[in-house]
Amino acid sequence: MEAVAKKTMKQKVNNVLGANPLDARFSIALFIVAFIAFFIGGVLGLLQGLNRAGILELPTWLNYYQVLSAHGVLLVLVFSTTFTIGYFYAALSHTLGGLLSKVRKLGWIGFGSMVVGVVFVATTIIMGDASVMYTFYPPMAASGWFYVGLVFLVIGIWLCAFGAFINVADWRKKHKGQHISLLAFFAVGVFVLLFFGSIGVTIEVLMIIPWAFGWTDTINVLLSRTLFWSFGHTLVNIWYLTAVSTWYIAIPKIIGGRQWSDTLTRLVVILLVVLNITGGFHHQIVDPGITEGIKFMHVFMSLSIGFPSLMTAFAMFAIFERSGRKKGAKGLLGWIKKLPWGDVRFLAPMIAMIAFIPAGAGGIAQTNNQLNTVVHNSMWVVGHFHLTLGVTVVLSFFGVAYWLIPHLTGRVLTPQMNKLGVIQTLVWTVGMALMSGAMHYVGLFGSPRRTSYTTYGDNATALGWDPYLLLLAVGGTLLMVGVVLMVYIAFNLMFFAPKGQTEFQIAEPEENAAPTPKWTERWTLWIVLMILVVSMAYVIPVVDMIVNAPPGSPPFRTW
Amino acid sequence: MKMHRSEEIWLIIGVAILVISMAITGYQAFALDMGTPSGLETIDPQKVDETAPFDKPGVYKTGDNEYEVVMTLQIFSFTPMDIEIPAGAKVTFVMTSKDVVHGFQVAGTNLNAMVTPGHIQRATQNFDEAGEYLVLCNEYCGAGHQMMSTTITVK
Ligand code: HEM
Ligand SMILES: [Cu+2]
Ligand SMILES: [Cu+2]
Repeated sequence: MEAVAKKTMKQKVNNVLGANPLDARFSIALFIVAFIAFFIGGVLGLLQGLNRAGILELPTWLNYYQVLSAHGVLLVLVFSTTFTIGYFYAALSHTLGGLLSKVRKLGWIGFGSMVVGVVFVATTIIMGDASVMYTFYPPMAASGWFYVGLVFLVIGIWLCAFGAFINVADWRKKHKGQHISLLAFFAVGVFVLLFFGSIGVTIEVLMIIPWAFGWTDTINVLLSRTLFWSFGHTLVNIWYLTAVSTWYIAIPKIIGGRQWSDTLTRLVVILLVVLNITGGFHHQIVDPGITEGIKFMHVFMSLSIGFPSLMTAFAMFAIFERSGRKKGAKGLLGWIKKLPWGDVRFLAPMIAMIAFIPAGAGGIAQTNNQLNTVVHNSMWVVGHFHLTLGVTVVLSFFGVAYWLIPHLTGRVLTPQMNKLGVIQTLVWTVGMALMSGAMHYVGLFGSPRRTSYTTYGDNATALGWDPYLLLLAVGGTLLMVGVVLMVYIAFNLMFFAPKGQTEFQIAEPEENAAPTPKWTERWTLWIVLMILVVSMAYVIPVVDMIVNAPPGSPPFRTW
Repeated sequence: MKMHRSEEIWLIIGVAILVISMAITGYQAFALDMGTPSGLETIDPQKVDETAPFDKPGVYKTGDNEYEVVMTLQIFSFTPMDIEIPAGAKVTFVMTSKDVVHGFQVAGTNLNAMVTPGHIQRATQNFDEAGEYLVLCNEYCGAGHQMMSTTITVK
C-alpha cells in the first residue's frame, strides 16, 4: 500500500512538471516520422484501391507494384515501428523518472540510423529499383542498396531496444526489490521481441546483400522465406502487444476504473513474448519443402498465441463491468451505458478491441492448415490485416496519440478536437468495415492479393469480383478522409493546440490487489524459455532446409 | 495469483475450441490425406528444362480417370496452358518454377500452393463439377503478374 502511495505521489510530481522536455522531443520526433509515413502510405493505399476497382489506371512511371511496395514498407515497417518506439520511450521516461542521458543519446543515434535506412529504402523504391514488396522474397532481387537500407533500419531498432534495456536495468539497480511499472514491463516485452524477432531477418538480409550486388551467385530461397517470417510475424505481434498495453493501462484510467490484476497482466506479456516468434510458420502453410508433420506442430504453435488474447478479452470486459457497477450500473449489460462513448480517447481503442473479435476469429480459422488453402494469398488476407493492423492496432495508437502528444508538448485536447477525433474514428471504422469486408468476400471468391486490376482476359470468374472491388474503393476513399483528419489532428496536437497540462494516462492498481509475485521479473528465464520454444519450432526444419537444400537461385529482376 | 471462477470457465471453453479445431485439422491432414501441398523433392532451378519430368510438361493419364499435370511456372505463364480433363477426374499437379516464386490457385476450389524455384510442389484435386476454372498466380512475381493465368476446362 505504501508503495502505491509513493507511486501516486511521484505521478503527481510528474504531472505538475509535465514531461521531461528532452525526452518528449525524442518521442515527438518519432511521431512526426510516423504520421508523415502514415499520410504518404494512406495516399498510396487510395491509389491501389482505385486501381483495383478498375477506376484508375496508373501512369507508366508509377507502377502498381512500386506503389504497393511503398505502401507496405511505409505502414508496416515505418509507421508502426516509429510509433511503438516513441510511445514506449515516453512511457519509460514517465514511469522510471526520466531517461538516462546516455539512453537518450542512444535513442537519437538509433533514430538517425532508422532515418538513413528509410531514405535508402524509399529512394530505391521511388527509382523503381525495389518493387519487391516489404517481404522481398528472393530470388526476386532489388538493388543492393535497398537491403543496405534495411540493415540501417534494423540497427536503429536495436539501438533503441538496448537503450530501453539499459534504462530499465539502471532503475532496477537503484530500486532493489521493487517491480518496474507495468507499462515499463510491457516495454521490456516489446523490445525483447523487437530484438530477438529481427535476428532471423538480419541473417537473411546479410545473405542477400552480397548476392544482390553480384558477389555471390545463388541464394537459398526457402531458407530466406522462413527467416523473413520469423520476423514478419513477430512484428505483427509487437504492435499487438503495444496496443494491448494501452488497453490494460490507459483505458481503465480514461473510463474512471482501475487496472486489472497486475499479476495476470504481466503473465499475458510473458506468454506473448515466450510464444510469439514461432507463429511465423503460418505464413508458409502451402510452401513446398516443409513436411506436413512440421506444419501440424505449427498449428499448435500458432493457436497457443491465442491463449493470452483470451485472457485479455476477459480482463477487458471485467474492467468495464467493474467500473460501470461502481458508477451504479444495473443488470447484465447496464455497464455499457456508463462508458464514455463521446470521449475519443476511449472510443478509438474500444472500437479497436471490438474489431479484434472478428479479426482474431478469422486469424484462428486461417491458421488451421486446410482452411488456409481456401484463403492463402487471396484478398481475404489483405482484409484480415486491415482489420488487425488497420483497425485494432491503428485505432489503439490513435487513442494514445490523443493524450500522449499533448502530454509531451504541454498542450490540451480541446472539446472541438475531441469531436473531430470522434468523427475521424467513425469515418475510419466505416471505411475499414467496407474495405476490409469487401476484401474478405472477394478473397473467398478467389481474387488474389498483390495484383493490379485485371479481368484475366474477361474471364467470367474474374468479372464477378468487380462489384466487391468497387466497394473496396468506396471504403478506401472514406479512409483517405480519415487519414487527412488524423494527420491534421496529430500535427495540431503537436504544434497548435492550446497550451496546458495533459496527464499521462495510467490507471490506479486494482483494489485490494495481492502483491505481484517476484517471479514475474525473471526476464532471463522468460528469454531462455522463448529461445527454447523457438529452437523447438525452428531447429529441425531450418537444418533440413540447409542440409537438403536444392541448388540455389540467381537473382531476377522481373519488373 | 488467483483467477476468478468465471475467468477459468471462459479460458477452458476457449482452449477447448482451439484444441478441437486443431484435432479436426490433424484428422483431416493425416487420416483423410487432406494435408496442404508440401512437396519435398528438389530440383536444380536453372536446369528445369533438362530435368524429367519437366522436360516434357503436359497432361498425362495415370489411371482410371486419374491424371497427372506436369507443369512449369515462369514469368508470366503456366506451361501447359488451357488444360482439359473429364468430369470426375482426380488430378495431381506436379509443379516447379523456372525463375521467381509463383503461386498456383484455382478459383472456386481449395487448390492453392506456393511454387518456389528449387522445389517440386504437388497438389491433388478431384474435379467433379463440369465447367471452366480460372487458374491464376497468387504470388507477386513481377510487372506482368496480373496477366499470369490460364484455365482448366472440365467436361
Ligand atoms: C487509406 C487507407 C488505406 C487504404 C485505402 C489501403 C488499401 C490497400 C490496398 C488496396 C492494398 C493492396 C491490395 C493488394 O493488391 O494486395 C493494401 C495493402 C496493404 N495495406 Fe493498406 N490501405 C490503407 C491503410 C493501411 C494501413 C493503415 C495499414 C497498416 C498500418 C495498411 C497495411 C497494408 C499492408 C501491410 C498491405 C500489404 C502490402 C503487401 O501485400 O505487400 N494499409 N492496402
Ligand atoms: Cu503471422
Ligand atoms: Cu507468377
